[in-house]
Amino acid sequence: MTSLFQQIKSGMLWDFHGGIHPPARKTQTSQKPLGRLNLPERLFIPLRQHIGVAGKLLVQAGDYVLKGQPLTAADNAMAVPVHAPTSGHILAIDEHPSAHPSALPEPMIVLVPDGLEQWRERHPLDPELITRQQILARIQDAGIAGMGGAGFPTHIKSSASQGVDYLIINAAECEPYITADDMLMQSEAETIMQGIDILCDLLSPKAVLIGIEDDKPRAIAAMQQACANRKDFYVRVVPAKYPSGGEKQLIQRLTSKEVPAGRRPLDIGIVMQNVGTAFAIAQAVLHDIPLISRIVTVVGETLSRPQNVLALVGTPVGFLLDSCGFAAEAKQRVIMGGPMMGFTLPSLQIPIVKTSNCIIAPSNAELPAAGPELDCIRCGACAEACPATLLPQQLLWFSKAKDHDKLKEHHLSDCIECGACAYVCPSEIPLVHYYRVAKAEIREQHRDEVKAEQAKARFEARNERLEREKQERMAKNQALAAQRQSMLAVQQKQQIAEAASRVEPLAEALSKEQIIAERERKKAEARAYQAAKALTAQTDSTSSHSEPATEVAPTTNAEVAASADPRQSAVAAAIARAKAKKAASSGEVAETNQSPTNQSPTNNAVAEPVSPAETATEIPAPTASAESSKASDPRAAAVAAAIARAKAKKAANSGEIAPASHAEASLSDENHAEANNSPAQNVAAEPVTHAETATEMPAPTASAETSKATDPRTAAVAAAIARAKAKKAASISEAAQLGTAQFVENGVAITAPPVAAQSRDMSATELKQVISAPNEETTAPEHTVVVDVVTAEIGTADVVTADVVNAEIVNAEIVTAAKSVTHAAIDPKKAAIAAAIARAKAKKASDQSQEKSE
Amino acid sequence: MLIALFALTALALVFGAILGYAAIRFKVEADPLVDQIDDILPQTQCGQCGYPGCRPYAEAIANGDAINKCPPGGDAAIKKLAALMGVEATPLDGAQTPAIKRVAYIREDECIGCTKCIQACPVDAIVGASKQMHTVITDECTGCDLCVEPCPVNCIDMLPVPTSVERWKWDLKAIPVKMVETN
Repeated sequence: MTSLFQQIKSGMLWDFHGGIHPPARKTQTSQKPLGRLNLPERLFIPLRQHIGVAGKLLVQAGDYVLKGQPLTAADNAMAVPVHAPTSGHILAIDEHPSAHPSALPEPMIVLVPDGLEQWRERHPLDPELITRQQILARIQDAGIAGMGGAGFPTHIKSSASQGVDYLIINAAECEPYITADDMLMQSEAETIMQGIDILCDLLSPKAVLIGIEDDKPRAIAAMQQACANRKDFYVRVVPAKYPSGGEKQLIQRLTSKEVPAGRRPLDIGIVMQNVGTAFAIAQAVLHDIPLISRIVTVVGETLSRPQNVLALVGTPVGFLLDSCGFAAEAKQRVIMGGPMMGFTLPSLQIPIVKTSNCIIAPSNAELPAAGPELDCIRCGACAEACPATLLPQQLLWFSKAKDHDKLKEHHLSDCIECGACAYVCPSEIPLVHYYRVAKAEIREQHRDEVKAEQAKARFEARNERLEREKQERMAKNQALAAQRQSMLAVQQKQQIAEAASRVEPLAEALSKEQIIAERERKKAEARAYQAAKALTAQTDSTSSHSEPATEVAPTTNAEVAASADPRQSAVAAAIARAKAKKAASSGEVAETNQSPTNQSPTNNAVAEPVSPAETATEIPAPTASAESSKASDPRAAAVAAAIARAKAKKAANSGEIAPASHAEASLSDENHAEANNSPAQNVAAEPVTHAETATEMPAPTASAETSKATDPRTAAVAAAIARAKAKKAASISEAAQLGTAQFVENGVAITAPPVAAQSRDMSATELKQVISAPNEETTAPEHTVVVDVVTAEIGTADVVTADVVNAEIVNAEIVTAAKSVTHAAIDPKKAAIAAAIARAKAKKASDQSQEKSE
Repeated sequence: MLIALFALTALALVFGAILGYAAIRFKVEADPLVDQIDDILPQTQCGQCGYPGCRPYAEAIANGDAINKCPPGGDAAIKKLAALMGVEATPLDGAQTPAIKRVAYIREDECIGCTKCIQACPVDAIVGASKQMHTVITDECTGCDLCVEPCPVNCIDMLPVPTSVERWKWDLKAIPVKMVETN
């Protein structure tokens, strides 16, 4: 029993399953000399002509390039560069239909040849003197990718580190019509052998097998002659049978070995290269000619001069055909590649690429278009023809049913898409097309699965992060609360002691029972007030959502007037935009309130916003003008654009907004009317009324307060209450985000000083301190300051206020409001009412803050 | 008679003990149903099913909710869910339309840097900082649409994923006869 190696050496051949014998039709071109072409007017050079990724672009439109100059640079292993096929100018780099069945546009370099054929400087290498790495680098730099059809980068295939038994040179060229490799072997056998020598240096195989089909006698003779003085080079002539040029099929024919499914030939110690690739390697290493041209078979009965031509990469197919005497028929098809595995071209502008070996322009009689697809009759001819021993008809059913699991079970991935099954099918079913669709779907599905896996991981990581942040925040809040608690406990003790010392003289006049009774009465009052308020809130709850938008107009104006700082106005503009968006969404709600508000007799104040959607427009207006004066600022334009976009978004919902704006306009009119009624208190009254509208304060209280406006001290009280309410409104309303809260307070901050100036000096400082603590996240020291003031001021307050201080420590600001109420009030009765109100508010606020912290 | 009775009882006890031990010792932790469902769902976290994310919907399905509420998964996911749950594959819920694959795209010169979209993104596929321009990592974007609504200046577009040569699917109708225009 001889070993496999000996069998192979002795010239034994094997066979693969199936296969077909289509008419070869190679004699049209195989006997003719290689044709040379003129330069086309333009060359379209795709950046990517192989399997892998495109290199980095090195040139730009307008550049002059020399022949052989690299146009892209390979920046990773899977990239190979492309080169200028001739010298000339680069016209453009843009997208053109690609040499792919989809003809999807791909980036291409458009080169206008100048006809001079000026070469760049060339550096031929001597394979005896250079290292393996240098050879591989040269192969990559020359842009060589497998020229048999797939276009796998050759330098990767040639850099195998594991032992290689056989280097097989694929010269089978089994598809009908194609004679490009035949022509190459006839004319350049010696150069091919040099290329194989270089490959042997790289791979050091035990033997080199050159597989040629027996229908190329001239090529066989030339190759045998070239091999004569080389050891372990064997030309193996295999009987013509399609698809013996398939990688796995040729390996099986020459060595009897089968490549396992999903593996590469290298895994069984075999490397296969196309004969054209071997030639390109020799050219690149020995002559430094990169892969810029290739032999293309141009054939078909519509051509008067079918022949093999040496075409530059990038030559449009139309130019090739015209050079060979193309006379198009009606419904002319042009096929790129062979008749079995090629694809029809949608356009003749598509260029020749490194892997294009054949262009067929058949007459309709020669290659009739496929007839109508009939039903499968289960004849089994396809299974007999399949070279991969698959079950094509089963695959067809599963492809049609999109049953991907079954397709995998039946090894769809092993299909080489040779088309033998479709060729033998009596029902003319384009089986391969079904398989290609199914393969693409499976690939896409696999991609989706991978992506879903990633998305899931990212989603989970995000949730984990959010949870962690929440925990950290809670821990921090708890620590702060504990700290505050302990500090307050100390202060409370002091306060109680002080209060006790104060109560001592009072106790003579008022008995304990009386104090308790008084307290009960006030609590009841507060409850009644709460209930009344809840009722009002219920009836008006729909409108409360639209209120923050109303507030914006005057406040923004105030702020813009106050600050010339462009940044501040930018912030104002952004907030205004957010408001406008919100107003748009709540417009519908506001509409319901339109009729009652409109009845208010404020028609005289027409100067204020009246027209629909003007409220929103008005807000940005001052901002924009303020900024346009500083025209040099580029941000201004961006802000203006952002406003415009926000408006556009708002306009999308405009149907509901128009009435909403009406409501807003009349509301703000009302405010102005009120302000005019008490000219002395202009500044104070305005924020008050705004705050009122925001919190839906019951009417009686509001009027009571405004009527007392003549007293400068009560103005301070009113302002304080209003502020507290505004704050509360801000925390209640979902819409009133942080920005709103700050906004309202900023407005107050500006108006407060004059008010405070009218009242006592002390209260001015208090107010400022309060306002300097804008929201609940205020740090502990600031709280302490406020509370200190409380302690200091408590001397003039009564026991009730002390109670409030004791009970409601959560919201320092409201406490201060209550305090200033008490402080300012001369009338003890008034003070009691105000305190009760403040207490109720504080309680509510603390409830809410508790809810929030939960 | 008695011996047989004793023998059988003894055997029953012995085998029972062996089986009982094996049941505890070699207990197989079965893949819970929710995990299996979750693996089928496309993980876009888009919330179009009415649940906040894919896992909550998976839990809902396990508790008997309809399997046809996932537009990104489409018919393929419904088919798999039907096979897993042993129910009939129903077409996608009428209110929902099967989605074409899209990714978010931020018009960067219009972005004001508000970070709202970053907070909305369920898979952290948007990068950016406060008052800095944001951008979408398109490879990670699931096309869930959740970032579009929060944007205050409407600068996020949902663009269909462009077909590339690698992702192109053979079009059965387009392949066989496509005429070349003659000159």
